[in-house]
Amino acid sequence: MIGMNMEDYEIVLSARADGRLTAKDYINGLTTDFMELHGDRLYGDDRAVIGGIGLIQDIPVTVIGIEKGKNTQERIEHNFGSAGPEGYRKALRLMKQAEKFKRPVLCLVDTAGAFCGIEAEEHGQGRAIADNLYEMSTLKVPILSIVNGEGGSGGALALSHADRIWMLEDAYFSVVSPENCANILWKDTGKAADAARALSLTAQKLFKAGLIDKVVKSGDMKGLASDVYKELHSLMQKSTENLIDDRYRRFRKVGY
Amino acid sequence: MEFRKFFLKANNELEGGSILPRARRITCKKCQKQVLVSKIRKNYFVCPECGNYFSVRCRRRALMLCDRRSFRELYGELESRNILDFPEYDNKLAAAMEKSREKEGVICGEGTIGGIRTCIFAMDANFMMGSMGAIVGEKITRLFEYACDHSLPVVGVTVSGGARMQEGMISLMQMSKVSAAVKRHSDKGNLYVVLLTNPTTGGVDASFAMLGDITLAEPGARVGFAGPRVIEKTLNQSLPKGFQRAERVMECGFIDQVVPRDKQKEVLERILKIHSICR
Repeated sequence: MIGMNMEDYEIVLSARADGRLTAKDYINGLTTDFMELHGDRLYGDDRAVIGGIGLIQDIPVTVIGIEKGKNTQERIEHNFGSAGPEGYRKALRLMKQAEKFKRPVLCLVDTAGAFCGIEAEEHGQGRAIADNLYEMSTLKVPILSIVNGEGGSGGALALSHADRIWMLEDAYFSVVSPENCANILWKDTGKAADAARALSLTAQKLFKAGLIDKVVKSGDMKGLASDVYKELHSLMQKSTENLIDDRYRRFRKVGY
Repeated sequence: MEFRKFFLKANNELEGGSILPRARRITCKKCQKQVLVSKIRKNYFVCPECGNYFSVRCRRRALMLCDRRSFRELYGELESRNILDFPEYDNKLAAAMEKSREKEGVICGEGTIGGIRTCIFAMDANFMMGSMGAIVGEKITRLFEYACDHSLPVVGVTVSGGARMQEGMISLMQMSKVSAAVKRHSDKGNLYVVLLTNPTTGGVDASFAMLGDITLAEPGARVGFAGPRVIEKTLNQSLPKGFQRAERVMECGFIDQVVPRDKQKEVLERILKIHSICR
């Protein structure tokens, strides 16, 4: 596995690297008949978040992903994968729709963090993220979140209140970026590698700590597709009550 | 030693002013006037000269809101550990404990407000900027679970810089843990009133601070997700006046009322009374 021998900070850099697969690639690789659905029905359509419906073999699913884009034009279009409140509200709208039609939700998480801006703040960035955590905690359908690149703090967490959290072996999930952490602690962004190690942010370490449920081998879309199918299938066997109780316990035990 | 203790105590209670020992006065950072400590205490820790809000320690905050002698602390024994063996965290915890004279950045308990039995939590800015680690999350979660089991309302006072970096993903996931507990409490028809104080930002803003049935705030309190300097740096422009201040956040639709400190207990009593009749 890549994660075993790679320096933690190298993993962070590789999670951000050009040429990585983005949410769209995973949607193409994992689903058929995908159709994108736009807008939060409140204010706008945040292109940093793409969402829609499709099939994973015979299971209808709702898929929500944070898309970074692959070239300059796409990156600008998708705001470099930094979502504002409209993006998180679009995600929640689609999750509620999934609940109505009893189909599971697949989230693809890849963001440096929620967007920092005047509009994002005044439209309620904090409230939008909080709402997702709150509503996802009792959503009546299975939720599987896969961190396929960057798991940047609250902006990534807002799509990760899931029954299962999986991470690519060369992805990271962190409370703060290693650069910011080094800057705050040691006033030296050059110490980002030390911060990365201290933050315990790699898939391997988080798996060992019991905070995520699976480390996914990268570059094996077929294997991933079959694992996703099996997992959704098994989660769908649970009663709604068990599903929600287990999800509650999954997060309840963290840290104590 | 006695003197040192006294200064330390006064200093802690009156952050935002420098201490002048003998006169028992402090200089208000805002108006630069010297004010008697006793006057400030009587004035709900607001500068009688200029109205500047001094920060209030969590224990005093709980006492200010609860009826006399009704507050009983819960989970006070819980203490943070350096789970990740994070550099310098042990020292920071020790320093925070000395500065705040608390074991953690939040105090939880039960008391009455206007005679109505209520669960209360209050965060403390003196404890690593009110940051949320595993124990802060655990204590607040336990309080919501307790309140849920006993059908009690929760009143929460927030002040926080966000999730505590030194505990990595464990602290980030406290946002999920507490939010889920708030949802369970809410789904049983219980009331949660939150009072946002300066500053309430980051991971706390993006979780339980924004999940109240009724959201109150102190005048001038900074309320927002991203730090102002981060936004300035990202956008390369200065921020508009009043940005992320409680009054502006209320205009934006995220706060029900901005309530001055001397009216807070009375407003809470009214809210609790109305909800106790509905139940």
